[in-house]
Amino acid sequence: MAKKHRPKHFYDYSLLFCVIFLTAFGLVMIYSASSYTAQLRYGDASYFMMRQLKIAAGGLILAVVVSKIDYHHYAKFAVFSYILSYILMIAVSLVGRRVNGKRRWLGVGSLSFQPTEFVKIALIVLLAVVITAMGRKINSWRCVGVIAALTLPIAAIVAANNLSSGIIIVGIAFVMLFVACRKTAPFFACALAAVGVTVIAGPLATFLEKINLLHGYQLNRIYVWQNPEAYSQEGGYQVLQGLYAIGSGGLFGKGLGESIQKMGFVPEAQNDMIFSIICEELGLFGAVSVILIFLFMIYRFMLIASNAPDLYGAMLVVGVMGHIAIQVILNIAVVTNTIPNTGITLPFISYGGTSVLFLMIEMGMVLSVSNKIKLEK
Amino acid sequence: MNSNQTRHRRKTAILCLLLCLCMAGLAGRLVFLMLYRSEYYSGRAEDLHQRERTIKAARGRILDRNGEVIAANRTVCTISVIYNQVTDREQVIRTLSEMLPMDEEKVREKVEKRSSREIIRSNVSKETGDAIRACHLDGVKVDEDYKRWYPHGSLASKVLGFTGGDNQGIVGLEVMYEEILGGISGRILTMTDAAGIEITNTFEDRVEPVPGADLTVSLDVNIQRYAEQAAYETMERKGANRVSIIVMDPRNGEILAMVNVPEFDLNDPFTLNTEAPSGSTAKEKQELLNQMWRNPSINDTYEPGSTFKIITAAAGLEAGVVTLEDTFSCPGFRIVEDRKIRCHKVGGHGSETFLQGAMNSCNPVFIDVGQRLGVENYYHYFEQFGLKEKTGIDLPGEAATIMHRKEDMGLVELATVSFGQSFQVTPIQLITTAASIVNGGDRVTPHFGVRVTGADGTYVHDLSWPVKQGIVSAETSEKMRYILEQVVADGSGKKGAVAGYRVGGKTATSEKLPRSLKKYISSFIGFAPANDPQVIALITIDEPQGVYYGGTIAAPVIANLYQNILPYLGIEGEPLE
Repeated sequence: MAKKHRPKHFYDYSLLFCVIFLTAFGLVMIYSASSYTAQLRYGDASYFMMRQLKIAAGGLILAVVVSKIDYHHYAKFAVFSYILSYILMIAVSLVGRRVNGKRRWLGVGSLSFQPTEFVKIALIVLLAVVITAMGRKINSWRCVGVIAALTLPIAAIVAANNLSSGIIIVGIAFVMLFVACRKTAPFFACALAAVGVTVIAGPLATFLEKINLLHGYQLNRIYVWQNPEAYSQEGGYQVLQGLYAIGSGGLFGKGLGESIQKMGFVPEAQNDMIFSIICEELGLFGAVSVILIFLFMIYRFMLIASNAPDLYGAMLVVGVMGHIAIQVILNIAVVTNTIPNTGITLPFISYGGTSVLFLMIEMGMVLSVSNKIKLEK
Repeated sequence: MNSNQTRHRRKTAILCLLLCLCMAGLAGRLVFLMLYRSEYYSGRAEDLHQRERTIKAARGRILDRNGEVIAANRTVCTISVIYNQVTDREQVIRTLSEMLPMDEEKVREKVEKRSSREIIRSNVSKETGDAIRACHLDGVKVDEDYKRWYPHGSLASKVLGFTGGDNQGIVGLEVMYEEILGGISGRILTMTDAAGIEITNTFEDRVEPVPGADLTVSLDVNIQRYAEQAAYETMERKGANRVSIIVMDPRNGEILAMVNVPEFDLNDPFTLNTEAPSGSTAKEKQELLNQMWRNPSINDTYEPGSTFKIITAAAGLEAGVVTLEDTFSCPGFRIVEDRKIRCHKVGGHGSETFLQGAMNSCNPVFIDVGQRLGVENYYHYFEQFGLKEKTGIDLPGEAATIMHRKEDMGLVELATVSFGQSFQVTPIQLITTAASIVNGGDRVTPHFGVRVTGADGTYVHDLSWPVKQGIVSAETSEKMRYILEQVVADGSGKKGAVAGYRVGGKTATSEKLPRSLKKYISSFIGFAPANDPQVIALITIDEPQGVYYGGTIAAPVIANLYQNILPYLGIEGEPLE
């Protein structure tokens, strides 16, 4: 109906609101989950919450700024950031700060960040550019091979120090490829194979360990996963405490701030295991609500991807969608002991400056794509 | 560039659907964990968080029949240390080792032990506990607690028993009435964090303890004390091992006194009342302690000897095989089958009536009565009188009667049983049976427990005890009272007479096994008033030195006791002819 000359552009405020809500909810939960230990350790109950708040606020502004930039400009940085991610990953492997025996942090002075988060966003942009450039040829094995060649080496470097991030990176490429390609069956076959491996993980791992393909500690993780109570001293502790927290929640939970498990029982409750505290305090009702919000977010991604003005935009959104969805699913699966324990944060909610900063940038990218959607008529 | 849009849209939708399915699956897993496994996991979590502290219930008191307290509670303190809360470890160690007083090394070991709560010492006096509390040491907890206290020291020690470290009954009435006296411990449930520090402002679940109920027993402290004095005096005078006196109300089985000297100090039950042989091991010492705590009136059996003639006489009269006027002749022995069984009077009592035979405590007379009854009949009465069963007294560890099996019982065994040999009963069994024969024929249950009163008098519950009526007829009972009165008036129990009272009774001198040792148990059973028994007493003197005849040494003790307690009990005397 608008009689303007310039076509009216869409801007996904639902998604923006969704992001703001999740981040704010995350801050509340971080405060709830960490205040007790923060008070003990730093003498300041809001220590973790305040740190997260500053980064999230900065990230949000950044996201809005990014969303106002035409997403086609990102393509210029694709190759550069891809090379930069190699440099960063190699740097972190050599001079990164060790936390719990793993080199994951790169930084100067009090500023430090996890380059793996940067790798994810760089790869999404690069793959979107490459897939778009390939056009119809993407269905050929050669092009799939090129995608794999771009993804797997960097994923391997990441996985060396952070297995779960490596899995996520491979997952992102997989999802983008799935949407881009015409074929469906091979992807389902891959997914089914993955599920199958999970089902027979126990005997398989024992077999692999026998033929020396798997380390003892990795086999142990499988055992812990299958029966955390029997291995509570050998690593089942965190999972078990998470399960206690989840089980204690019941239908409506103990009420916000009433978690007992956060009082030193669940290690780093504000981090990977924050979902278990949500379960304990807000119950099944709260937990399912959180899942529904993430589903709504995915639904918005789908709408934007479907209506994106070009394939490049759609692929960007699909990549982000894959990233967030995989992380949510894996995080909840770990917390509920559905899969073996591996450190994955819950997007927007878990404590982690780098994670929230780069997630905000990704959101900015998606919003930027949404901004290019023309509302017809 | 956009030519593939439709395909991409379809793929994006499929992807979205798949992700939704994954999340739905996880939501399903959450439903399973949070609804179906909720109870299990929250239970496990609760176990992890809750620290339970028990609050001891005050143990009920034990009162005598007049309301005098014979077992009470005293406040004591338990000193413990909470590792995480101690700030100045050295100061704590120094103060505690000084004030308790304890070896500094021992205190250090406990204070430095990483446990959520370490008890340094329990049963500390209230004064010391208050003094330690006044020092305000961080991490040192002083908890008040109850400890059993027996105001009368060793009085009725083997009857009352004592309690252990957790105030639980160990022996005697204390263990028998544990459920009533013990009460129900309360609990304080507090939540703790992973380091074991109590979380303030959280829900604290406090279950108040239910104090134990008071138990009123039939003992009379005064009679008990008289009897104890008499028993000690006899034990010393006769150089005996032990002397036991049971005083009972034959009408209902209430036990007024049960003395077993030497008694022991209830407030210090783990110290022997005799010198332990030097170099004895811990095991031997424990054995000696067990012996000291033993109540021989109930836990040990003996051959009753002539006092058992009461039972033979009652059975004979009840069955009608003998009357008071039947005449017997005693040549000083009886030959049963191939055995010659002697009377205690070597020359024999000559011709005598049954009554005279009883007064003389003549063995051949009772052998004859037993033979007239026959094994079958005798055994029948033995069982009817309740001698085969335990008395059912409310003390632990009552010993069972040791008796021939009916099919193994020949005429010789019958003859010896007739005058109280070749089988064993407990003193409590003997006095209960005798009481039941003279009280009109009702088998009573000997007991201490009379009444249970809830703490603060919330409820009163009278205990009732079974009575088996008509084990002998009223006539037989009356005849028995007459016979036994004659025994004391003009027979072997003469020294049991009490001026101004009608007393019935029977003496006994039992040879301990093996007979070659020539060790004896002298006893006397006596009741008053003889025509209407209101009190019955049995004394057993274990291994007296010198004169050992029951009629000579045991009967006067009871006579003396009766002189004191009959007026005390308000029993009217009447002049004897």
